Amino acid sequence: MLDMSTYWPVVLGIGVGVFLIRYSFILIIDKVTLPEMVQRMLRYIPASVLPALIVPAVLLHKEGGVTTFAGWDQLAAGLIAVLVAWKTRNMLATIAAGMVVLWVVQIFL
Amino acid sequence: MTDRKSTFLQGARDISPILAGVMPFGLICGAVGVSEGMPEWATSMMSVIVFAGASQLAAIQLMSENASIAVVILTGLIINARFFMYSASIGPHFKGVPPLQKAGLAYLLTDGGYAVSVAHYLRSDTDNVNKVWYYLGTNVVIWVGYVASTVLGAYVGAVIPPEWRLDFAVPLTFTAVVMPAIVDRPMVLAALVSGGMAVAASSLPYNLGLMVGAVSGMVIGYLAERRLANA
Repeated sequence: MLDMSTYWPVVLGIGVGVFLIRYSFILIIDKVTLPEMVQRMLRYIPASVLPALIVPAVLLHKEGGVTTFAGWDQLAAGLIAVLVAWKTRNMLATIAAGMVVLWVVQIFL
Repeated sequence: MTDRKSTFLQGARDISPILAGVMPFGLICGAVGVSEGMPEWATSMMSVIVFAGASQLAAIQLMSENASIAVVILTGLIINARFFMYSASIGPHFKGVPPLQKAGLAYLLTDGGYAVSVAHYLRSDTDNVNKVWYYLGTNVVIWVGYVASTVLGAYVGAVIPPEWRLDFAVPLTFTAVVMPAIVDRPMVLAALVSGGMAVAASSLPYNLGLMVGAVSGMVIGYLAERRLANA
C-alpha cells in the first residue's frame, strides 16, 4: 500500500514543477524575442504535439510493460474520426462517430 | 464587459464536448488513487494542485511501488514536458497581461484548452483581452469537469463501466481539435511524421516517445516549409 508520508513532497514537487513548466514561456515571452527560426517552428506545435498524443493512443495497447497493436476497432474509429473532423470541424460529431464505430466494429471482432 | 462575458461563454461552449473525454479520465484518476490506498481527500486535492492527469496516474503508480520521492517528482515532470511547447506557442497571444494574471492562465493550461484556443485565434482576428477570455472559457470548463470527476471517482468509484470504453473519447477529442489546425502541406507532413515517430519511439520511458514525435514533427514541418518557399 501507498506510503502517505511522501504525499506532500510529491504533490507539491510535481504541482509547483508542472506550474512552472506551464508558466515558463507565457511569462518570459514579453521580455525575450525568439529567433525567427524558432518562431516559425512554433507554428507547428499544434500539428505536432497532438498527433504524438493521438496516434499511439489509437494504435497501441500497453499492459505490464508489453506494447501490442490495440485492434482494428480502434484503428477504424480513429480513421473515421479524422474524416469526420476534417469534413465537419465539429467536436461532438467526431466523438460520436468515433465511439459508434468503435462499439460496432468491436462486435464483429 | 458583456463582450468579455460572451467571449468567455463562446470558449466554454466550443470546448464543452471535450468533457466526454475529460470526465471519464478524471473518474479513473480519482478511482485509481483510492484503490492504491490514498485517502479520498488526498486524491481529490492532488487534482487541484497538480491538475495533470497523466502525471497524477504515474505518480500514484510509482508511490504505490515505493519509488523514491525524487524519481516520482522527476517522472511527473518529464511526462508533462509538452507544456513547455504549449506555453511557448500560446505565450505570444498573452503579451501585455500582468505576470500575476499570467500565473492564473498558466495554471489552467490544458491540452484541449490550448488546442481549441489556438485554433480559434487562427480563425478570428481578435485582441489579446478577448483571447484571454476565450482561453479562460475553455480551460475553466475543463478544470471544473476534471476536478469534479476526480472527486466523484475518489468518493464513489469509476461509476462508468469500462466496457463502454469512454477513455477512447480522449484521442477522439484531440483528433477533432487538431484537424482544423492542419491548414497546409507542411503541417500535414508534420502531423504524419509526429504520429509515426511517437509510435516508433513508444517504448521509451517517461512518455518521451511523445516528445520525440512532437519535436520531429515540428522540425520536419519547418524544413518542408523552407523547401517550399525556396522551390
